[in-house]
Amino acid sequence: MTSRSFFLRNPSVLVFLAVLALFTLGVTVFSEAYGSGELSTSFVKTLGKTLCLALVAVAMDLVWGYTGILSLGHFAFFGLGGYMIGMWLMYERTRTIVVTSMADAPIPPTEQEIVDAIGTQIFGVVGSSEFPAVWAFADSLVLQLVLVVAVPGLLALVFGWLAFRSRVTGVYLSILTQAMTLALSLYLFQNDSGLRGNNGLSGLQNLPGLGDVPQSVVSVCLFWASALALALGYVLAAWIVSGKFGSVLRGIRDNEARVRFLGYSVEGYKLAIFTVTAMIAGIAGALYYPQAGIVNPAEIAPIASIYLAVWVAIGGRGRLYGAAIGAVFVSLVSTWFTGGQAPDIDLGFYTLSWVDWWTILLGLSFVGVTLFAPKGIGGLVDLITDRRAPQRHGAPLGPDVGSLREQEADE
Amino acid sequence: MSTLLEVSGVSVTFDGFRAINNLSFRIGPAEMRAIIGPNGAGKTTFMDIITGKTKPDTGRVLWGDKGISLLKMNEAQIAREGIGRKFQKPTVFEDQTVRENLMLALKNERGPFPVLVWRASRRDHDKVGALAEEIGLQDALARKAGELSHGQKQWLEIGMLLAQEPRLLLVDEPAAGMTPAEREHTTELLVNAATTRAVVVVEHDMEFIRRLNCRVTVLHEGAVLAEGSLDHVTANQEVIDVYLGR
Repeated sequence: MTSRSFFLRNPSVLVFLAVLALFTLGVTVFSEAYGSGELSTSFVKTLGKTLCLALVAVAMDLVWGYTGILSLGHFAFFGLGGYMIGMWLMYERTRTIVVTSMADAPIPPTEQEIVDAIGTQIFGVVGSSEFPAVWAFADSLVLQLVLVVAVPGLLALVFGWLAFRSRVTGVYLSILTQAMTLALSLYLFQNDSGLRGNNGLSGLQNLPGLGDVPQSVVSVCLFWASALALALGYVLAAWIVSGKFGSVLRGIRDNEARVRFLGYSVEGYKLAIFTVTAMIAGIAGALYYPQAGIVNPAEIAPIASIYLAVWVAIGGRGRLYGAAIGAVFVSLVSTWFTGGQAPDIDLGFYTLSWVDWWTILLGLSFVGVTLFAPKGIGGLVDLITDRRAPQRHGAPLGPDVGSLREQEADE
Repeated sequence: MSTLLEVSGVSVTFDGFRAINNLSFRIGPAEMRAIIGPNGAGKTTFMDIITGKTKPDTGRVLWGDKGISLLKMNEAQIAREGIGRKFQKPTVFEDQTVRENLMLALKNERGPFPVLVWRASRRDHDKVGALAEEIGLQDALARKAGELSHGQKQWLEIGMLLAQEPRLLLVDEPAAGMTPAEREHTTELLVNAATTRAVVVVEHDMEFIRRLNCRVTVLHEGAVLAEGSLDHVTANQEVIDVYLGR
C-alpha cells in the first residue's frame, strides 16, 4: 500500500504531525536564537526534552497500551541511550580542551599522551585515569550512534528472551523489569563500572566542534532534532499498529492464549515489540541528555520508569497521541510545580508547598484517572468526535471519502 | 482407513489426580466425531493435550501421514500444523472488528516480519467476505466483535477456525447458550466443515449430537468407555450407569 493511503486511513497521524509542526514553528519564532526571544534558552531546552519524553511515552504505549506488557523498565533503555551518546560527547569535548592546553608545550604531545590526558580528565573524579573497555569506541561518533540503538536493543533482546520464553506475564513481568532497571542503576553507581559512578557523564550540552555556537542556537537545533525524532517515531509506531501486526499485538493484550492457538508465536511478537521500543527509547534518551547536560545513574532509578507508566496512563493508553499528550502535559505541569512557580497555598495552620506536595497530587491524579477515566486525557477526543458522530456502524462520518470512519474515530 | 490423528496410551496426572488414564483415540482426515462424558471425564484435558497446552506424562500423539509427534511442539506450532481449536466460552477479540478478527485468523504467514509488511490482497478480502457470508455476519464486518450477540460470537469463532484452514477442528460445546435456530445454523456449519476435514465436537446436548449424525466417543475417568453410533453407545449399560442414568 502507498503511504498516501496510510495517512488517509490514519488521519490522527496527520493531525498529530500538523500540531507538532506548528508547535515547532511557534517555539522557533519565539526563541532567542531565531525569533523574538520570549522563550528563554533554558525553556527551549525544557520543551525539547519534553518532546523526547513524548517519544519514549509513545514507545511505552506500544508495549503497554497495545501489547499489554506493563514494562516498568523502559527508562533503563532511555538512560542507556543517553550514556552512549554522552560517552562520545564527553570524550570529544575533553579532547578539544586537552589538545588546546597541550598546544603550548615545547614538545608536541604524542597521540598516546593526548589519550592519557583525556583519561585523567574524565576519570579523575573516580580516582582513575585508565579508559575502561566500554569506552573503546568513544572517539567515533558513528559507532557511538550505532550503540545508542544497539545497546538498549541487545539488553531488551536478552532480557525479553529470558522473560517471555518462560511465559512470565502480568505483575511478575513488571517486577522483573523493575529489578532490571534497579540492577542497572546500582551497577552504574559503582565507580568501577567505567561510567564515572554517581557523577555520571556531564557537560553534555557542549557539542564538540560547535564551541563558537551560542547555546541559544544549539538549544533550538536540538529542539528541532527532538521534534523530528518524535515525528518519525510517531509515524513508525502508527505504521506498526495500523496493520495486521497491530491486530496481533492487541490480540495478545486481550487474549494471549487465543493468539497462540491461531498459530502466532506470542513470544516472538512480544520480543520484537519490546526490542523495537527499547531502541526507540534509546534514541529518545540520546536526544534528551545533550539538552539536560548530564546523565547519571539516578536517571535510571526504578521510579523513572514508573513515572513513564503514569504519563501514559494519564494521557490515555492504547492511543499513540494519548501517550504523547500525557508525557507532555504531566512533565510540563511537573516542571511548573516543582520549579517553584506554583504559588504556595496558605491554609493558616499549614502552608501547602507544591514542591513537596506535587508528587501527592500526581499520585492522586493517577489513581483518579485509573478509576474514573481509564481512557485518560486522550478520551476527551472521543467526547468531541462522538458528539459529531452518532453510531453509523462504520459508514463515513462525513461526505468526503477521506472522512474519519467510525472505527478510526474510536481508535 | 487412513489416520489424521492418533493418540495412544496417553496419561496425565495433576497433583495425584489422574485426569487422563491410558487414553487412545484416532480420527480420519474427513470425519466428524462427537465426544461426550460426565464432568471431569477429561474432555477438556484431552483437547489441551492435542493442542499442546498440557504435556502428557506418557503416551504418543501422532499427526498426519508422516506420523510426526505433536508432543515436542508448542501451541503455535501445532496450530500452524493445521489443528484449530474453539473454546467453550466464545473467545474472539472483542476490541477489534469482525473483519480484523477474520483477517487475523486467515491462513497466511505467521512470523512477525511477514505480518508487519502484510497488507490484505484482493484474494484475502474475497475469502473473508465468503467466510462472513457462511457464518451469517456479512453485514457486521465493520462492527466490533464485542457488540455481537452470544451466538454471533460463537459463529465468528467458528469462522475464524475455518479461516485457519485447519485439517482438524476441535470444538468445545459450540451450541451452549444458543437459541434453537442458532443451533441449527451451527450444526450446518460443522457438518459442512466435516466434509473436507476432521471435526471433533465436545458436547453435552444429546439432541445436538443426534443432529450431527456421527460416531460418538464416550469418555469416563480419563479413558474411552465406549465408541460407536449414538444409538449404540446410548444402549450400552456402562454408559447409562456413569453418564445418562444420572
